[in-house]
Order: sequence, then C-alpha cells, then structure tokens
Amino acid sequence: MDWNVVAQYLPLFEKAAWLTLRLGLAGIALAIVIGLVCALVQYYKVSVLRRVVGFYIQLSRNTPLLVQLFFIYYGLPKIGIRTDAAVCGIAGLAFLGGSYMVEAFRSGLESIEPIQTESAYSLGMDRMQTMRYVILPQAMSTSVPAFVANVIFLLKETSVFSAISLMDLMFTAKDLIGLYYKTTESLFLLVVFYLLILLPVSLLGSLLERRLRYAGFGA
Amino acid sequence: MAEPILTVEHLVKGYGENTVLDDVSFSVRPGEVVVVVGPSGCGKSTLLRCINALEPTQSGRVRLGNETVAYGGKGLTSLRQRIGMVFQSYELFPHLTVLDNVMLAPLKVAKRPKDEVQKEAEALLDRVNLLNKARSYPRELSGGQKQRVAIVRALAMHPEILLFDEVTAALDPEMVREVLDVMLDLAKQGRTMIIVTHEMQFARAIADRVIFLDGGKIVEESTPEAFFDHPKTERAQKFLRTFTFDSVK
Repeated sequence: MDWNVVAQYLPLFEKAAWLTLRLGLAGIALAIVIGLVCALVQYYKVSVLRRVVGFYIQLSRNTPLLVQLFFIYYGLPKIGIRTDAAVCGIAGLAFLGGSYMVEAFRSGLESIEPIQTESAYSLGMDRMQTMRYVILPQAMSTSVPAFVANVIFLLKETSVFSAISLMDLMFTAKDLIGLYYKTTESLFLLVVFYLLILLPVSLLGSLLERRLRYAGFGA
Repeated sequence: MAEPILTVEHLVKGYGENTVLDDVSFSVRPGEVVVVVGPSGCGKSTLLRCINALEPTQSGRVRLGNETVAYGGKGLTSLRQRIGMVFQSYELFPHLTVLDNVMLAPLKVAKRPKDEVQKEAEALLDRVNLLNKARSYPRELSGGQKQRVAIVRALAMHPEILLFDEVTAALDPEMVREVLDVMLDLAKQGRTMIIVTHEMQFARAIADRVIFLDGGKIVEESTPEAFFDHPKTERAQKFLRTFTFDSVK
C-alpha cells in the first residue's frame, strides 16, 4: 500500500464521508418521523390508515433499497416528479427505514401494559397527555436497542447511494479504483471511513441502552 | 341527609353472553366509606372501573354530583380528575421518581403552579412517611411503599371521591397493614371512599356501609355490624364462612 496515495485520496473520502453522513442522518430523521406516526396509527388502531401502514411496511421491508432508489430516481420522473439525486437518496432511505422504525416503536408501545394507560386516565389525563408523559417515554426506552440497530443498519445501507450517482464513500472508492486502479488504498480508506462513522454510533448506542435500561426519557 | 356525591343507577355491564353487573344501583354521600365485598368474579372491580368510565356499560348511568360519567362521554377527563383511583398493581409510572409520579397530573392536567404542587406533594408524602423516598424510582420501593405513593398520587388531584380496587391483594402480609393504616387515616379525615377489598376485619373497621355483590347483583347492603354479625341472605352467610376456620384439634 502506498501511503502517499492514501494521503492524496484522503480529502476525497472526507468529502464523501460528509455526504454519506448528511444524507444518512437526514434519511434516518425522516424514517423516525414516519416510524413514529405509523406506530401510533397501529397502536390506536386507526381504521383505514392502519391498512395503509400495513401495506407500506410489507412493501418497504420486502423490496431492496436499491430497487426502491431506482424506482424513485428513474421511475418517478416518468410521471413528472423530478428531484435531484440527494433528495432521492434521502427519500429512499426514509422509505426503507420508516418500516424498520415502525417495528421498533410498535414493540416498545406494545410492551407497556394497558393498565398504565388506565392509571393515567384515572388521574384525568387525556389521550395526548397519556401518550406524551406516560406511554411514549417508557416505550422509547424499550425501543432503544432495536432503534440503535436500525440506525446502524440504515447508515450502512447508504452504500447503495452510489448507484444513483451520489458521490458517497462507496461511489468515491469505486470511482478511484476504476480510474487509477488503486484498489488497496481505496478499499482501505473505504473501510476506515465507514468505521469512523459507525463506531461512534455503536458506542453511543450501547451507552444509551445502559442508561435507559430502567428509566425512560424525560425522567 | 346530605345529597349523594356519587350515584350509580341501574348499571348493566356484560361481555357478550356474560353479565358482569346486573342492575346495580347505590349512592355514596359525602364523607361516607362504602366497602364492596363479594366472591371473586362477582363484578366488584368491574364496578369500580365503570364508575371511572374505564369501561363501557350497556345501560344505566353513573352520576357525579349533577354530571354523568360516561365512557367516551363529554368532559370525561375533568370528571375523572374528581374521582381518584388506586389499583391493585399500583401502576406507578416507572420512568418517573416518586415525587414526579405525584406531581405529574397536578402539573400537566390541573396546570397548577409548580411550587405549590411540590409543597403539597411533599407534605402528602410526609404524611405517609415516604418523604425520604421522594427522589427514588418506583422500582426501589417495596409493594407497600408503592401503594402508599399511589394513594398520595391520587390525593394530589384533590378528588371528591376515592376508589380502591383490592389495593392490598398483591401485598405481602406485613405490608398490608401500612397501606390499610393510610386508608383508615383518610377515613378519619372524612374522605369519601368506595373500597373493594378481601380484608374482612378491615372492612368492618372502616366501613360506614357494606355492599355485598354476588353474580353482578347487590345481594345485601347494610351496616358493617349487621352484615358481618347477622348476614340476612344465605349467599352472604356462605361467603363470610369462607373467612373463618374450624379448629381441627
């Protein structure tokens, strides 16, 4: 391995890493919102929406992200919806991640005994207050392990963004290998940068899990 | 005689074929302690849950003052604020400290100022000898302590009437007493209460009136002395016999 090449490529990978991180976090943030809304729809058994959510989950979980991205990137423009690649990437990740987040949140919500809700109701709380102050904080802390696993999974999934010509880490590595045949250096940097992004997330995740084992958020 | 605080009128409640409450009517006057006893599955707990509109009923109604407490009805949350409930399984909020458990509803529901709520919460906790546990989490408490916190939490909302649903049934015998003592203290303060319990000695000591529920119907309703010493019906006699033992020596 030529360390000069590594040093030379470093800025390119750094730039790509920021893109990966930016798109990844944006997609995950959206996935959290989708997941939470859908989990609440299922928890409250909202009649029609519940079926829509069920269909979405099946569609999202049982198709590969690459296919979803192609659909958004190449398919949607055919019906007049044209967006740039970054938005497509974020949308795709949110579409995939949403369904995984639903499952994480739903299992958390379902782990709370219904009598906790009744206990809150008997104090005069309405549905919103009960959800916000009693159910959600407990459900969230139960969801943390699955949630952290999802975040890591989704950050890794961003590697298929290169297929819609987003210059993320994967794209950069493939590009450099294709242009200059510096395979070893490129792959080395690729691994290093993915670890740089994901290790802190993993560590933060296990820290969070340990802290929230008993208490909930807002405790 | 004072107007009743709470009136239950011809309450009927069933799950499918199974009738749990069958035309139950009674009323509770201010300061009165009504104890509901009866065999398992007689509908005692369901009765309390219906009073609080935690469950729908088929017919009849529950009135609190001049207002109707109905499942899914209008103004239910404000009516429930006036009815305190304590559950068998405590149902403290595990993610909140003891103090926050007590303060949550007064702050977020009644929207009272924090200083005042905290002062009152601490005074109430002190009264049940748990001020030193104010910063603890429920998981750090014994069952008896948890139940006393649950009572305090209900009191902090200044309810007009308190419902107790077999609050000592899940407790070890030595912890039953500390909870019952708190309830006796509340009775002495003139609190209006409906108590479902299997502690017959306690029922006799605290009740102004005993309601014997069997098969979803009120079978007897009388003073504790009359009920425990001279039960009128065969069913009540049989029920009370289950609490006494003949010596085998």
